[in-house]
Amino acid sequence: MSLLELKNISKIYGDLKALDDVSFKVEKGEWLAIMGPSGSGKSTMMNIIGCMDKPSLGQVLLDGVDISKESSKSLTNIRRDKIGLIFQQFHLVNYLTAVENVMVSQYYHSMPDEKEAMEALARVGLAERAKHLPSQLSGGEQQRVCIARALINYPEIVLADEPTGNLDEANENMVIDIFKKLHRDGTTLIVVTHDPEVAEVAQRTIVLEHGRLAKEIVNENFKD
Amino acid sequence: MKKQKMFFRMITASLIRRHSRMLVALLAIAVGATILSGLVTIYYDVPRQMGAQFRNYGANMLLLPDGDEKLSEESADKALNVIDKEKLVGAAPYRYESVTINTMPVIAAAADMDGAKAASPYWLVNGDWPSVDKEVLVGKTLAATLGIKQGGTVNVVYENETAEEKADKGDDDKSKAKENAADEGREFVVSGILETGGTEEDYIFISLNDMAELTGVKGKLDAVELSVSASQDELKAYADKISALDINVSPRLVKRVTQSETTVLTKLQALVFLVTAVVLLLTMICVATTMMAVVAERRKEIGLRKALGASNGSIIAEFMGEGLLLGGVGGLLGVVFGYAFAQAVSMNVFNSSISFRPLILPVTVLISVLVTGLACLLPVRNATDVDPAVVLKGE
Ligand SMILES: Nc1ncnc2c1ncn2[C@@H]1O[C@H](COP(=O)(O)OP(=O)(O)OP(=O)(O)O)[C@@H](O)[C@H]1O
Ligand SMILES: [Mg+2]
Repeated sequence: MSLLELKNISKIYGDLKALDDVSFKVEKGEWLAIMGPSGSGKSTMMNIIGCMDKPSLGQVLLDGVDISKESSKSLTNIRRDKIGLIFQQFHLVNYLTAVENVMVSQYYHSMPDEKEAMEALARVGLAERAKHLPSQLSGGEQQRVCIARALINYPEIVLADEPTGNLDEANENMVIDIFKKLHRDGTTLIVVTHDPEVAEVAQRTIVLEHGRLAKEIVNENFKD
Repeated sequence: MKKQKMFFRMITASLIRRHSRMLVALLAIAVGATILSGLVTIYYDVPRQMGAQFRNYGANMLLLPDGDEKLSEESADKALNVIDKEKLVGAAPYRYESVTINTMPVIAAAADMDGAKAASPYWLVNGDWPSVDKEVLVGKTLAATLGIKQGGTVNVVYENETAEEKADKGDDDKSKAKENAADEGREFVVSGILETGGTEEDYIFISLNDMAELTGVKGKLDAVELSVSASQDELKAYADKISALDINVSPRLVKRVTQSETTVLTKLQALVFLVTAVVLLLTMICVATTMMAVVAERRKEIGLRKALGASNGSIIAEFMGEGLLLGGVGGLLGVVFGYAFAQAVSMNVFNSSISFRPLILPVTVLISVLVTGLACLLPVRNATDVDPAVVLKGE
């Protein structure tokens, strides 16, 4: 059984089909990239996989559970327990320090544990900046806090929507290195990107166009 | 336990690090709580303060004889004992007799001068109050009619008709007393001229001793005027107690005075109440608007928290927590400033200091927490409506 399976997913806004009959599977531990032009439905799909939205048609099976039928309350619980989110705009709480931002995720999941949160920050190379507010951190550093926060509760799937969209080359590479490490550790990764360099390092890339699945590319030269 | 700690860490960080917005809300609550605690302090102190002020307007209770007999001094004293010492501002016993001055009939009032001074502080004396025997205070109108000046003398003659009648029936003692008084009369020195704006300006005032000597009868009174620092209801209670003593004393409230006191107090308290209510409402509106803005400002953060798995309950708890904490701190500030405010008002208006009522502390804090909580209800409801998907949609 696949970890995630989308069966004939459509998302319809009025007469706009943001997603149009999309089907694909993601195996446990797989690293998938999603590409496509602006407005092709990438974020819409991530919202559905991340349990923040429901498809208009079709089924989404996560760990064998059809999340397209769940109430918004149980979606919240599934999201909390199984999903790690990384955002283009980082979305750190601006009045909390780096370590407190990581602890917020622990807080909603189970128990805040400052020591564990510090370790997570150390893993992304931010041990020294843990007590800084987001405004005192560079974009790359903020994104690494965001990654540490996404990983702190050991999610089954990490979803990243344009994680490098706001970063320069050096920071982008740093984030890619973290993803590689996550993949080696067995984390399932789905990364939306415009950037071919970010897509190239994934095992497989699917391309959306006008809400349809246009292409699926398996990366032959993928190396761990 | 850890979870609670993180809760407080988050909401205090929000209040402390996002200060400018929260400062406005805190200020609104603190001002509201200041007015609240200040006015409530004054509200409870006003009757006491005003009571003292009102006593400048004269007696509010009378003790009269019950029946035709005069009051005896003993029963007047017994009646006075009913009234709490600290509430009794003044007691002025009076005895009225008809006398003649230069053959003109005049009413002579015998009074305890200190009591009269205390019970009727508005009396104006040109000259001095009588202080030794054989001194008289003459009403202004009477003085003009008789052409009497301060420092002059008057000859007061007592004519007792009943004594005359009794004399006819052969009562020797009384007729002798009558002869003494009627023939010669007594010389009194006019110590001052009295202005009251009332009927007292037609009377002369002498001491009770002089009256006793003049008439040959002691210890009898016509009325006792009381100035008591008490509400109308308290006065009624005193009156009932005195009536119950059954000592030939009939207590009466001076309705004109007690009722206007009650009216003024009721109006004043209603005003204080109204102002407090309006201020609380304004505080609530200000807090509600601020919280509304706060929630709007933090839609992204709310979306993020939900994306991280926060339930609606946690979101409500966090925003309410912030609001209530603000309410509590604002309330505490309000208690401190409110006391200062009440003290300043009291010093300026009533010239007396106010004592701190410990009950004001929990009441003010509780009310400001409640008001803030109420004000936060709607904004916090809005917060739960935020869709977590907003965080993935770009700006
Ligand atoms: N709530 C909504 N109501 C109506 N239309 C929507 C809504 N959300 C998305 N859309 C539309 O659905 C389409 C897909 O949007 P989506 O955000 O998924 O695009 P995307 O591939 O993420 O684009 P980008 O690369 O610019 O982020 C767009 O045309 C968008 O206007
Ligand atoms: Mg997008």
